[in-house]
Amino acid sequence: MGSMIGAAVVRKEDPALLTGRGTYVDDVRLPGTVHMVYVRSYLAHARIVSIDTSEAVAKPGVLGVWTNADLPGLPPNRSVPGMERPCLARDKVRFVGEPVAVVVAADRYAAADAAEAVLVEYEELPVMASIAAATADGAVPIIDGLESNVVLEQVLSATDAEAELAAAPHRLSIHLKNQRCAAVPMEPTVCLADWQASGLTLWATTQTPHHSRNELAAMFGLSQQEVRVVAPDVGGGFGAKASFYPEFILTAELSKRLRRPVKFVETRSENMISMVHGRAQEHDVEVGFDDDGTLLALRVRITQDCGGWPDATGIGLPTLTSFMSGGCYKIPVIAPSFRSVVTNTTPVGSYRGAGRPEASFMIERVVDHVAAELGLDPLEVRRRNFVQADEMPFATQFEGIVYDEANFPGALDKLLTVIDYDALRADRAARRDDPSKPLLGIGFSTFVEMGGFGPTPLFEQFGYVGGWESANVRLNSDGSAVIKVGTSPHGQGHQTAFAQIVADELSIPFERISLVHGDTATVQEGIGTMGSRGAPVGGSAVFQAAGKVRAKAMKIAAHMLEADESDLELVDGRFRVKGTPDQGVSMAEVAVRSFKPHLLPDGFDLGLDETAYFEPKNLSYPSGAHCCVVEIDRDTGFVKVARYVAVDDCGTVINPLMATGQIHGGVAQGIAQALLEEVRYGADGQPATGTLVDYTLPSAMDLPRYETDHIVTPTSFNPLGAKGLGESGATAAPQAVVNAVVDALGHLGVRDVEMPCTPQKVWRILQSAGEDRS
Amino acid sequence: MSHHKIRVTVNGATSEDEVEARLLLVHYLRDVRGLTGTHVGCDTSNCGACTVLLNGRTVKSCSVLAVAADGADVLTVEGLAADGEMSPVQQGFQQCHGLQCGYCTPGMVMAATGLLLENPDPGEDEVREGIEGNLCRCTGYSMIVDSVRWAASHGGAGEVAARHATS
Repeated sequence: MGSMIGAAVVRKEDPALLTGRGTYVDDVRLPGTVHMVYVRSYLAHARIVSIDTSEAVAKPGVLGVWTNADLPGLPPNRSVPGMERPCLARDKVRFVGEPVAVVVAADRYAAADAAEAVLVEYEELPVMASIAAATADGAVPIIDGLESNVVLEQVLSATDAEAELAAAPHRLSIHLKNQRCAAVPMEPTVCLADWQASGLTLWATTQTPHHSRNELAAMFGLSQQEVRVVAPDVGGGFGAKASFYPEFILTAELSKRLRRPVKFVETRSENMISMVHGRAQEHDVEVGFDDDGTLLALRVRITQDCGGWPDATGIGLPTLTSFMSGGCYKIPVIAPSFRSVVTNTTPVGSYRGAGRPEASFMIERVVDHVAAELGLDPLEVRRRNFVQADEMPFATQFEGIVYDEANFPGALDKLLTVIDYDALRADRAARRDDPSKPLLGIGFSTFVEMGGFGPTPLFEQFGYVGGWESANVRLNSDGSAVIKVGTSPHGQGHQTAFAQIVADELSIPFERISLVHGDTATVQEGIGTMGSRGAPVGGSAVFQAAGKVRAKAMKIAAHMLEADESDLELVDGRFRVKGTPDQGVSMAEVAVRSFKPHLLPDGFDLGLDETAYFEPKNLSYPSGAHCCVVEIDRDTGFVKVARYVAVDDCGTVINPLMATGQIHGGVAQGIAQALLEEVRYGADGQPATGTLVDYTLPSAMDLPRYETDHIVTPTSFNPLGAKGLGESGATAAPQAVVNAVVDALGHLGVRDVEMPCTPQKVWRILQSAGEDRS
Repeated sequence: MSHHKIRVTVNGATSEDEVEARLLLVHYLRDVRGLTGTHVGCDTSNCGACTVLLNGRTVKSCSVLAVAADGADVLTVEGLAADGEMSPVQQGFQQCHGLQCGYCTPGMVMAATGLLLENPDPGEDEVREGIEGNLCRCTGYSMIVDSVRWAASHGGAGEVAARHATS
């Protein structure tokens, strides 16, 4: 590798974003644009008796009001076959916030006024806003035509491990909840559709423009060349913008009908009940182990609350949880199974980590439970069960799930050089006996997750055409370079990271490389940005395309220098003859020569313009060891993160500055899940966290300063050796924090605290522990 | 809905517009003045993405009516740079990687600018308190804190903001 990969250069993206010159979807202005606003259900489960749009239609500036009945033939949103979601509720509503009608008006204020005037008469149905309610005896199926609310049930191992569990010297049953969270990208969902005779253009807040194009083309019976999807600057996604939303279909349809561009801008309060939520899993775990903490068998029954409609991505996530349920440990028998339950709540899809944080939380809590049961140090139990570095690649018992190169014990060793564990333990003991000081707890998380999604056979199961990624690298005649890539960044910094890769491979200045992304009209095929695939899969495609350009440039240089290719080297932007460094040609000279047929060998293909499709050999497996130290106020139950230390192994680090940013952001979301965030519903299905007043998104006052470090074990599954990093923090942090909270309360006999560990919850535990002792 | 004529100076340019009484300042800036750098991230004044300086003080422009800004002087993120050179706060955010997706960034930059006008050398805790009303979902805030402290030691709020605050 050259000098740019591994350099902490500042981002190319920033000047535009810092001066207000970015282009987010709502910043795109087309003449004649009209605005769509939803009429949403305020009930969680009800039959629609009638919809009266007459008053709304008559409002000033209104172009029309449409219900499901007014849009016959409108394609539904894709999901599990037989469970496709209509864009507007048909006959009945299944969750608060489900769209019932749309209004289009000349401006947003007028459209919102008219939406208020649409009168919907409902007949209320029994509400089942939780897994318990939806699976209770006599629960009514929420999706008509089904026998129950369990829409998918799967067993992922040949055994239920009962024999091994029964034979184990120790056995524990543990119930764990991974609460429902909201992704809350700071930019809500926005789209702008412009249907013309030549086809449809949709600007949308999506992580997957090409996939969205394919979906729209299929839904409307258009050919893919007639559909253009543009994801310009996108204000965060965290997985939730990888789902396909009804508004993409509706704005397209209404633009076609009205022959004008139609824009939809979600409000935050809509976003909180409309954009897919994440997590929402409950785990019933049985673990068998021996006297020294060696794990012998694990059974996990996962129940996913998938909300009012199964989301096409969301429904696949418990499979990933199942595959990762062994974490970084050798467990002889693992028996996972899952069921997905429809409830009268917002649909559930991807949220940063998407299925893997749930697994990592489960196994890392289980390990701490085992340690507590045996009176062992949690690190001792981890060390006893780790897959060792020399056992990599490690084939899990699940077909195709093979951990690549990693060093689980090595990451923990590195972590322990940063924290002084003995001193922390002494401090913890001292504080237990000193009521004037807050309690101290130390929590660990030694985690492994999946990154670098594909490969194709896996990604096909989520509805994507493939699990590869594509890149095109082109040299202009002055030797500057343009990259076109199929990933679609929304904060990850691909302009910068991918330019660093090309700068090294082609030995041209970083400043002379630019990136085009997020537009199906200009970028060849692509898949998108999710599943920590940007660097490992997108970056590898860029690396390979640049390699092809380099190889061709080498041929031209050899012709120019009348030398054999094998005698040439590319150093500091010049091809030169080995041993005679004065004799050479610059990459810019080669670039201009590539456009001069009369100065090239006969029949030479003109230009330096190469495309590569990179299919990863398999998923990559980012891992690491994190430690959280908390202080708990004895009077209020308030948990303060006193220290958070993260050692990550994402393989090759392309830009340490941006890698640090990814870890910080992921850890922040993980800490917030552990301490603050939870989407809650009343028994009547009314959201209790429908605005940012009620949903506790963390501010700068709520989060600590982070200490980060790396070990680097490059993966052999892609040429860059990069494993991905975007989801590691969110995967690792919740259990580091909860393990610390439980550790701080361990002397009171506490074995578990459910997320989020709010002051009220912790205060109650402290109170009841105090009562027990008195 | 009644309409009113207002006269507002934004980033040094004054314009007279007729607006609905209920029009929010943020929509006036975005839709009437075409300054789309100021973003909307919520509808409950929690997120601060719409933060601008109004007569030298930070406001959430979703919580101010355009008619209430009649006669006022507004500074938005588009107006911060001096002769094309980013302000110290803007530079600090780039140097310290204080942004990722960039959506909260204009509001965060304006809040930080307002903070530095009041307190030219804030400590870590003071920065955290000063930007508490601005939510970022990407960075986890540490690098934003670093960005603001970088700005404090490289010229503070910057000359445009200082001029705006004293005019």
